[in-house]
Amino acid sequence: MTISWTGLAVSLVLVVVAAGISLAWRLGLERSIVWAAARALVQLLIVGGVLALLLLPGVSLWWSWLWVAAMLGYAAYTAKQRAPAVPGLLPVAGAAFLAAGAVCLVVLFGLGVFPLTSRTLVPMAGLIVGNAMTSTVLAGRRLSEEFADKRAEIEARLALGQSGRDAARPYLRGVLRSALSPQIETTKATGLVFLPGAMTGLILAGVPPLQAVLVQAVVMFLVLAAAATTTSVVALGLVRRLFTPDDQLLALSRERT
Amino acid sequence: MTAGFVLRGVTVRRGDHTVLDAVDAEIPGQGVTALWGPSGAGKSTLLRLLDRLDVPDDGSITYEGTALDEMDPHELRRRVGMVFQRATPFAGSVADNLAVAAPDADRDAMGEALRRVSLDPELLDRDADTLSGGELQRMCLARTLITEPETLLLDEPTSALDATPAREFERTVLALVDDGDLTVVWVGHDDAQVRRVADRVLELRDGALVESREWDLTRGRTS
Repeated sequence: MTISWTGLAVSLVLVVVAAGISLAWRLGLERSIVWAAARALVQLLIVGGVLALLLLPGVSLWWSWLWVAAMLGYAAYTAKQRAPAVPGLLPVAGAAFLAAGAVCLVVLFGLGVFPLTSRTLVPMAGLIVGNAMTSTVLAGRRLSEEFADKRAEIEARLALGQSGRDAARPYLRGVLRSALSPQIETTKATGLVFLPGAMTGLILAGVPPLQAVLVQAVVMFLVLAAAATTTSVVALGLVRRLFTPDDQLLALSRERT
Repeated sequence: MTAGFVLRGVTVRRGDHTVLDAVDAEIPGQGVTALWGPSGAGKSTLLRLLDRLDVPDDGSITYEGTALDEMDPHELRRRVGMVFQRATPFAGSVADNLAVAAPDADRDAMGEALRRVSLDPELLDRDADTLSGGELQRMCLARTLITEPETLLLDEPTSALDATPAREFERTVLALVDDGDLTVVWVGHDDAQVRRVADRVLELRDGALVESREWDLTRGRTS
């Protein structure tokens, strides 16, 4: 199944519906809605164009790796922008994405789930990094909020002679649990409550449903592993940055989430 | 009189505000020294510097002749214990709380730690959250004392307590001081309490030490 440019143009009616609702309720979001839709469309067209170039015969796989590296850098920057109150998030996020990418890509390509080609590498890396970014922002915010809330307890532990890492440990587990729970809940509801994006896209594109389901299952496991790896690297990396070398807990401001 | 803490030119700033302004002070390594002053005078900030939970922007602090920034902070905090204004129970039982401070302590040692602060050793298995305010603060005291510190920093430890448990807490601390080698630095803003507990008083106002007025201290000596 293919979609024509006319079809795409007609689908813009749906954006108009969203903007119309905003107008009717005087939400003042019309501009944002139109801007978001336009921006997404342009970004997708650019991505599609570049992907088409990468998939041309004879184009080196290194260009795809370069794209993956650029995604990583941009995602780390975006995570930092979304959680500005979390100290030192940029390098920690970068390390977390690398770790999640390494774990997931080694399993996917190293163990032969997918063949390593531009067609598989770029979308899979995009999925990993995109989900890892969400997990990073969530874990970073939860961690600095938890440490701001439990400051008195953590300092009481420090005052008993514990190291920063030991003083932080009891609170880390709770942060990891709450940062991972949404992903687990989403995974549980898949198929019952909603049909996830990859599967929907494949079915619309004419792929047999069973094949679409298998791909979607791999994607879900990938997202779960990416979230777990990212969250634990972010938690461990940030804990080191929340204490000075002399184990004083840095001042943390709570931010709105 | 032994060395204890010596502060020279200790300054702490928070943005444009100077919390402590070039404080010079000596806190001897014995008895009870009170840091007295109104709210916002910088008492708690000064106390936190002594346990290296914060560091000054300028100036130096020595403990027993060694600069704090040259000491291992964990060793310093084992030698200099601190009890905070609000009780800070950790999750779990009273025994779990004591085990955070002294992981190797057996139940006898824990029971003894509770007895030292006039708590019943039967409380060891109680969930810390079920203790009364006065019991909680004494459990925190026991938790600090089980690490056997030489000096105890108390940051307005009775301000959240009613009069009776507050007086019991005072008596417990003074008995420990009179019993042995424990030195206490007691931050407070209640004149009457300072007169009851202190051997000497350092008076802070607006981040600076001021010439102390004559205190009629029950425990005998004036500053």
